[in-house]
This record gives sequence, structure tokens and C-alpha cells, in this order.
Amino acid sequence: MDFREKMDEKFIGVLTDFMQSQSEESLYAAQQFSRLALEHKIPPEEIVNLQKSAMQELMPDLPPEVWHSFDILLEVMTAYGFAFREYQSLIDTQKEFKNEMEIASSVQETLLGTSVPTIDGLEIGALSVPAKQMNGDYFHFVHDGDHSVNVAIADVIGKGIPAALCMSMIKYAMDSLPEYRKDPSAVLGSLNRVVEQNVDDSMFITMFYGMYELKNHMLHFSSAGHEPGFFYSKQLDEFLDLEARGLLLGVDKDTTYKRYEQQVEIGDMIILMSDGVTECRTDEGFIERETLVSFINNYIDLPPQEIVNKIFRDLEKLQHFQLRDDFTLIIMKRVK
Amino acid sequence: MNITVNITEQTEDQVRVAIAGEIDAFTAPKLREKLDPISTKDPITLIADLSQVNYMDSTGIGVFVGLFKGIKANGGHLQLVGLSDRLKRLFDITGLADIMDINPEVKGGVE
Repeated sequence: MDFREKMDEKFIGVLTDFMQSQSEESLYAAQQFSRLALEHKIPPEEIVNLQKSAMQELMPDLPPEVWHSFDILLEVMTAYGFAFREYQSLIDTQKEFKNEMEIASSVQETLLGTSVPTIDGLEIGALSVPAKQMNGDYFHFVHDGDHSVNVAIADVIGKGIPAALCMSMIKYAMDSLPEYRKDPSAVLGSLNRVVEQNVDDSMFITMFYGMYELKNHMLHFSSAGHEPGFFYSKQLDEFLDLEARGLLLGVDKDTTYKRYEQQVEIGDMIILMSDGVTECRTDEGFIERETLVSFINNYIDLPPQEIVNKIFRDLEKLQHFQLRDDFTLIIMKRVK
Repeated sequence: MNITVNITEQTEDQVRVAIAGEIDAFTAPKLREKLDPISTKDPITLIADLSQVNYMDSTGIGVFVGLFKGIKANGGHLQLVGLSDRLKRLFDITGLADIMDINPEVKGGVE
């Protein structure tokens, strides 16, 4: 039977019981009743009504002033009833938003989906985890046959849904320039014009774009204001900054981007990341780049995907499993 | 996580603001709200003293780029002073140090 239909009876039961025993159990029964009433969206004034009719049934001889007092209480509770109904409709709207967000985030995943290429001689590990539902970080691989592997890593300044939508735009702009994709400085120059024209004045994108030539193992790269990656030299056993200068995308439409080169030997690694990795805040302050290097050093003999996964777990632990920023880390290692 | 923005000096064509605290996704809207009205005035030199800013993330960078573009469009000038090494690095990495007037020293400081 529906709660509403047996509500009167139930309430009288609880009330009678408490009048007789004033026990903890009957108080507990009252709590359960109120939980059920909330669940069935019973407004507060209806509860007052319940009390009034229950009392009329149990103690019909009370003086008329008592009944009048219930009417006043009813009147006063009506406003609370309105507030309650408003709250109910907000909850419903919020549920709708939540559903839409879930759909949006899965659409984003599909739109921005990229697969990590399998390449003989070059091991690649990549991981991107959003702090909130939608990811403002983005990475993308394009494997151009025997010639090269192109890698892009980007971060939208600004978070949440607008940032995520902006990333989708970038991805489509990138897909539409296959003819340049072997030239990092041309890719960034062209994306810069797209972003400058299309994006809100306070939204910017940082991006690193690299083209790894498979024949001669040369990395060509350019950066648009992106957090510098690392280059691990096996021979020197040292981590060097993969320094490249360039302005954020979307600030100045006439900016040009310089192209840099790095020779990659067997055992060397290219480490790319979003600022969510280096801007990771902990109780003691920030993770310094050196700390990150020491983390990588701990796992240096593992395959890149495992290193990436382990570092994410370590950084997550340092932040008490509450990511503050989107996290993206890519490691490419030449193995032969 | 908090921020204060105080106008420390104001003449017809120059405004000096002292910003203190953290600039991140939570405080950036407040900062923008305080600074935007200044940037949309006639050609103006806005000097922002960041020496008391102990944290800034990329959202903060977004605020200053927006401000820089707004002021420049009106024929004015934005100068950032008193940047810590960490803040300076943010402007260096993003390439903004090359196009914006950034000075780690606080010159002509008014207490």
C-alpha cells in the first residue's frame, strides 16, 4: 500500500505509542516516519494536519483554543512548504544536469578519443585523468606510417565544461590540417589563429607539439606556453628540461613558434606533462620538478605505461586522493 | 584561500593596486571583478604589485592576459611588479614575459 494512504494510521500509531511510553523506540519510529514522509515529498503543513486530526481522534474533548492553535501552526508552516517544494524541484533539476554532464563527458571521451600507437622500438605510456567530470587536458597521437609519430599535449586555461568544449574545437582544428602536421611550428601557428578568432578573451590554451621521426630518431618540437617536459639522457643519466619558448595559443594572432630538435638515443626518454602534474599541491607545498624527476627515477627501469600509472598513484596519494587539477603524463622511450 | 585587492595609489592616468593572497579558480572571479572596471577606463597605466601573492595557477594567468588585452586595446599599459620566482616562471613558460611588462622589482613602492 502507498505510504500516503496509510500515513494517517501510521502517524496515530507513533503518536499513541509515544504518549503512553515516551520511549526511545517510539522516538525512533517518529524519525523513521519523517524519513518516509520526506521520501514521499510530504510537505510540512501536511504533517501539522496529521497531528491535528490525530489529536481530534485521540482527545476530542480538548478546549477549542487548542484546535485554533493548530490552525495558526498550519498557516506558519505553509511558507516552509513552499520552500520544501522549491527544494524538491531544484533537486530534480540538479539530477537532470548531472545526467547531462555524464552524457557530455562520455561524448567528450568519444570526440577526443585517441589511441596510443604501438611502434616497434618506441614504447609509449600515456595517462590523462580529469580532476572534475570533464577534462581540460588533452593529448593526441598520430602515427604516420613509417615516417613519424606526432604527439600533442594541451591544457586549456580555465576548467570545467567551457574548457572541455574548447578542447574539442582544438581537436577538430588539428584534424583539419594534415598537410602541416609534420611541422610543429606550423601546427601551433595555425592553431593559434583558430583559437585567437574563436575563443573567449580570458580562455587560453597551452600546447606542446612534437614530431618524432622514426628513421633518424629525431624529435622536432614546438611549444605554445606549455609546461616544459623532460628529456632523459641514458648516456648522461640525467633529466634535462625540454625547453622551448613560445606564447600561449590565443593571445596574439601574429605569433610565430620556433621549432626545436632533440636527437633521441637508445634508452632515452621524452616526458611530457600538463601543469596538473607539476602544480600538484600537497600539505607541504608544491611538488617541485625535481620531486617529479625523483619519482620517475624510482621506476626508471619499468615500461613507460607502468611508470606513468605509478606516478599518478603517487601524486594522487600526496594529494589525499583529491586531484585539484587535471593530470596528464606521457612518456616515450626509445628501446632500440 | 583568499585574496585582497587594494588600490594603493590613484591619479588620473595611473592606478597602482596591491594584490595579496592566492590567485586560483576560486579567487580569480573576485580579482577580475575588481580589476576589470579599472581596465576599461581611458588609457591608463595599471601597476599591479604581486609581491604578496603566494600562489597563482593558470587561471590567474588567464586573468592577467585578459586584463593585458583589455588595457592595450584602450591604449593603456599594464605593468606587473614584485613577482616571486615561482610567479616569474609562470610568465616565462607561457611566453607572456616576452610581450608583457614584467618586473620582479617593486619600484617606487608606496607603503
